[in-house]
Amino acid sequence: MTKFIIRRFLSLIPTMFVIITLSFFLIRFAPGGPFSSEKKLPEAVLQNILKKYHMDESMPMQYLRYFNDVLHGDFGPSYKYKESTVNELIAQSFPNSIVLGSVALALAVFAGIGVGITSALRQNRWQDYLAMSLAVIGISVPLFVIGPVLQLAFSMQLKWLPVSGWYGRKWPLTLILPALTLSFPYFAYIARLSRASILEVLRSDYVRTARAKGLKESAVVLKHVLKGALLPVVSYLGPAFSGIITGSIVVESVFVVPGVGRIFVQSALNRDYTLIMGEVIVYSLILVVMNFAVDIVYGFLDPRISYK
Amino acid sequence: MTDEVILQVKNLRTYFHVDEGVVKAVDGLSFDLHRGETLGIVGESGSGKSVTNLSIINMIPSPPGKIAGGEVLFMGKDMLKMSTNDIRKIRGNKISMIFQDPMTSLNPFLRISTQMIETITLHQGLDEKAAKAKAIEMLKLAGIPSPEKRIDQYPHQFSGGMRQRVMIAMSLSCDPEILIADEPTSALDVTIQAQILDLMRELTSRLGTAVILITHSLGVVAGMCDNLCVMYAGRIAERGATDKIFADPKHPYTQGLIKSVPRLDKASGDRLFSIRGQPPNVIDLPDCCPFYPRCDRTMDICKRKYPTTTDLGSGRFVNCWLYNSEEK
Repeated sequence: MTKFIIRRFLSLIPTMFVIITLSFFLIRFAPGGPFSSEKKLPEAVLQNILKKYHMDESMPMQYLRYFNDVLHGDFGPSYKYKESTVNELIAQSFPNSIVLGSVALALAVFAGIGVGITSALRQNRWQDYLAMSLAVIGISVPLFVIGPVLQLAFSMQLKWLPVSGWYGRKWPLTLILPALTLSFPYFAYIARLSRASILEVLRSDYVRTARAKGLKESAVVLKHVLKGALLPVVSYLGPAFSGIITGSIVVESVFVVPGVGRIFVQSALNRDYTLIMGEVIVYSLILVVMNFAVDIVYGFLDPRISYK
Repeated sequence: MTDEVILQVKNLRTYFHVDEGVVKAVDGLSFDLHRGETLGIVGESGSGKSVTNLSIINMIPSPPGKIAGGEVLFMGKDMLKMSTNDIRKIRGNKISMIFQDPMTSLNPFLRISTQMIETITLHQGLDEKAAKAKAIEMLKLAGIPSPEKRIDQYPHQFSGGMRQRVMIAMSLSCDPEILIADEPTSALDVTIQAQILDLMRELTSRLGTAVILITHSLGVVAGMCDNLCVMYAGRIAERGATDKIFADPKHPYTQGLIKSVPRLDKASGDRLFSIRGQPPNVIDLPDCCPFYPRCDRTMDICKRKYPTTTDLGSGRFVNCWLYNSEEK
């Protein structure tokens, strides 16, 4: 087991290497550059800028230089936000996104699994229909509709929660509405996923055996059904966690959250090479580490998986 | 086997309501089970064998299934009228079951110990430690080598035959009155089948457990069962002592079944006998003898009315107009 974890962990290194290399070159092959969109600069000034950022060197040279910096934990200066480095920008925005994303995902997991169990056990009854209608709404209604509706209801009408904002004296109340909004599609997906797999396990032979042994229905569900039925949900959590952190740009805009989503999109539009790279690296790191964690958890949940 | 009747099934009817109509999977079934008896229920696929045994412990999936009528008297009490709580105290305790496919009947996510101990602590009120000792003892009886070690393993670490041994150990761990075995050997290969049947016979006779053995194999029935019910289309065609039925089958269906078993002592170049036609579709079956389209001795009445049960004496019953003197 320990051996497997170490080997699996080491395999993250080449993955990250490939991601860094590919995105480094891909961005540079995209048309335009960080300084091309502005009004025409005098040739000498442009040369000076390029020289300052070492962009006058050959591509492989730039790559090696960048790679070396990354290995030292330095993502370089931002080309657009001239007063801050990429490290600073990420350090300011990522924690907010992680807090928002974690709370939203936790909400989605608990509510989703709970609703999934309820609907599976009450299949084709009103509880099931209600829950699955809610799930369809969650999957199909865009966040920029759900967000303002929640703002209207809870902030404007009921005046329970602040409309928007993040830091300040209202914290952590400001967290509730964006987290709720962000969790909705994930909640809906998890509810449907867990309902489907619980229904499948409920019909399995080993659940029939458990019932034939005289176990209470609650014991059958808690002990015999859930462990197997929640495996698909666990494997969904890896991509969901990384997706919920960066995929929150709409929610960040609606609720004015200083998160990573907005910076990510802006940096791509600006061709802010170093900032894009920094975001991509941190994002992929979260993704591969989450998948790694899911693999490990899977091994504990499913005894049929042996690590050799 | 004693004269004491421990399970009495009277006119049991289990219907499934599906879109195409009503499937009468079990329709008017009656039999008695005595203490220590081994009763075989044979029939083709779809004849209602498995539904019968799930009905006995009231585990028909509902919807679409529904027990439409009849009584299942266990020690004189009707199990179909019991509360869920009361029937749970019987399931796995007084009446336990083993199923056809040992590969899927054990929970792959839980250790054998967990699965065995939960039954024992639930019904016998033993603590974990005593229950584990009991479970190990049962595994040993079931012929699992080094059970102290094996009990902490997961089902996937056992072969099919070994898993069925675990199922047998688990089902007998609360010393049940009745063991219902639903095709316990169908999923196993032939050499293992004989071992598992031997094990079941030995353990149940040692513990005095009555057995309802559901199978489609006449060979298994002949070797194991005191009495026999032959089922066809959800009803009993014929029942009685196994040796008598084999020696002198009365119902044309039973006669056909026994004739279609290949025999080494009468081997010849002839083709093996088979009953012509297919089993009927049991959706909205009319009130006729369901076997008449395949029967060589059909009479007019067979197409109009289901035959009443004729008592042939010495515990033999047959549902066929050929033996019914009050034939109208």
